Amino acid sequence: MQTFPLVEMRSIYKAFGGVHAVEDVTVDLYRGEVVGLVGHNGAGKSTLIKILSGVFEADSGQIFIEGEEATIRNPRDARRYGIETIYQNLALADNLDCPANVFLGRELMRGFALNEDAMEAETRKVLDRLRIRVPSLRESVINLSGGQRQAVAIGRALYFNARILIMDEPTAALGPAEARQVGQLIKQLKAEGVGIFLISHDIHDVFEYADRISVLKTGRLVGTVRKTEVTQDDVLTMIIAGMLPHRGVVTPAAQPQISPSA
Amino acid sequence: MSAETTAPGQAPAEAPPPTRFGRINVFTRLAAWAGLDPRLLGMLAALAVIWIGFHPLTERTFLTPRNLWNLMVQSSVVGVMVGGMVLVIVARQIDLSVGSVLGFVGMVMAFIQAQVFPLEVWWNPLATILVGLSLGALIGAFHGYLIAYLEVPSFIVTLGSLLAFRGGAWLVTSGRTIAPLDTTYQIFGGGVNGSIGATASWIAGIVAMALIVWYFLSSRARRRRYGFTVRPLWGESLVLSLNLAFVAGFVWLMNSYPYPGTTEPRGLPVPVLIMLGLGVLMSTVLRSTKFWRYVFAIGGNPEAARFSGIPTRRITLIVFMIMGVLAAVAGIIATARLNAGTNSAGELSELSVIAAAVIGGTSLSGGVGSIPGALIGAVLMESLRNGMVLMDLPSAMQNVVQGSVLVLAVWLDVIYQRYRRR
Repeated sequence: MQTFPLVEMRSIYKAFGGVHAVEDVTVDLYRGEVVGLVGHNGAGKSTLIKILSGVFEADSGQIFIEGEEATIRNPRDARRYGIETIYQNLALADNLDCPANVFLGRELMRGFALNEDAMEAETRKVLDRLRIRVPSLRESVINLSGGQRQAVAIGRALYFNARILIMDEPTAALGPAEARQVGQLIKQLKAEGVGIFLISHDIHDVFEYADRISVLKTGRLVGTVRKTEVTQDDVLTMIIAGMLPHRGVVTPAAQPQISPSA
Repeated sequence: MSAETTAPGQAPAEAPPPTRFGRINVFTRLAAWAGLDPRLLGMLAALAVIWIGFHPLTERTFLTPRNLWNLMVQSSVVGVMVGGMVLVIVARQIDLSVGSVLGFVGMVMAFIQAQVFPLEVWWNPLATILVGLSLGALIGAFHGYLIAYLEVPSFIVTLGSLLAFRGGAWLVTSGRTIAPLDTTYQIFGGGVNGSIGATASWIAGIVAMALIVWYFLSSRARRRRYGFTVRPLWGESLVLSLNLAFVAGFVWLMNSYPYPGTTEPRGLPVPVLIMLGLGVLMSTVLRSTKFWRYVFAIGGNPEAARFSGIPTRRITLIVFMIMGVLAAVAGIIATARLNAGTNSAGELSELSVIAAAVIGGTSLSGGVGSIPGALIGAVLMESLRNGMVLMDLPSAMQNVVQGSVLVLAVWLDVIYQRYRRR
């Protein structure tokens, strides 16, 4: 049986005015895999990812979800394909409690009324699954630590059975201990078979969690490499000079090597 | 910024877990346990201080059933509108036009009632009120459309309406006052025929108490079913009895003020019933809807709300529609109480409404606010005014005090918030 990638974005083009933000970029992602997307600011990472999450529409190119061509025009379409995004700025409503944030826009109802208790119970389950402890679920999330808040954001994606998770700088706003906590979550989700696109400026993070790394430079794909076969310097050379290392480069058609996970 | 590399071995020691609970004092913990908002308790305490303070200063007239009965009726115009203002402010908007909308809608209703429809027929008040409420909804929807869809800032839209509808109120009759109004309609003003009597008041009180008991029992049963911790039975009974005692005490108080020259109690005034009814409706039924949740989400983080697929524009429009309807309800009460339509009705009441909402804990940066708090805020502002009138202070002085209290209240709230967030 042939296994299709969970996601394949093929020859994506996107221009804003006359500026080509993304030119002929092809990336893919398999189940239980973490693909790091790296590059300078303006390299096109965010644009590429926003095309997948439905914020932008590509000018041309195709997106395949498990081998089937997908049409993603808005965030709601993306959600239907099981694509969830965790934004850098922690897109939570600070004044609401954990259940309200987890279920925001997709509330559980009991007739016309919100089913607060059911949402609280489900939130507890999903946070338990992430092994995250929160002092009180009924408190505004502003009182939570950065790591706990990020867990709520991830829990939100998870509850609705995200198969494809986009994490845009998930640790940028966090302290080291909290960043490690999020790292644990990434490993756990991976073990559960979720595919993750990880955008990060921190090359250490990328090396720690990613199986493959796709490097973008000025809107074009420099290449995709297997983490185990390259050094951090190789990746930095790709980012800065746009030059491929001698080994470890994945040709687009090649099967990825997924490192065994817990 | 380029991909940065951090030197290995630089990872700082594990940060200690945040010790949040150490800072929350016993009072706050007790209040949270009892299901009471500490801020609400603080406001009730402030109200008690004001009431007790005014009593000796007003030759012992402040804390009499008569004065408190009147105080409640006086609070009702602002109290009816303040719930809408809470929603508006929570959604990061403002409505400066409510006083003018009140005046305009009131004037239109008075005009239709006295000059278009025949007076003293049974359908006249009904029809007038329907026209008034629809007009309020229409004006609110118009504001909401300009603000949410055409993206004109609400401050500007409603500032324009503040002027335009005040002018409109004048134009209805070229400034003439319209009086008298329908006698049935006057019931809504809480005047001589505007309260429901002792028996009906007790019935209303008992219904309210029954609802409270039902709410306590059902929410307790539900939390049990989900396996959440519930309060110990004695604690629950204590909080429940406090609630019931409050309702009973309120009815008793309203029943302690008789009609002049008789011993027949007036009972609950109709405008107060409207104020409390709307307050309860908003803080129970409306509060449990998606709509309410979305208003708060928009106020907390508009971007997150949009990303979550919340129809932010439509929600904003509905918020302004509710505000318009409530301004119309206030217009009904104000004209009925005055038994006249005047073009100056509701002048400057937008400021009292905003002040009441803010004193009641509504944050002008959005996302935070409560209806019970705002109602207490309305009664608090009105208590100050009422007390100063009884003390014969000149109205210039009253304005100075009210303005200062508003600023003081918000400053205290800033301190409270800072203390809480750490």
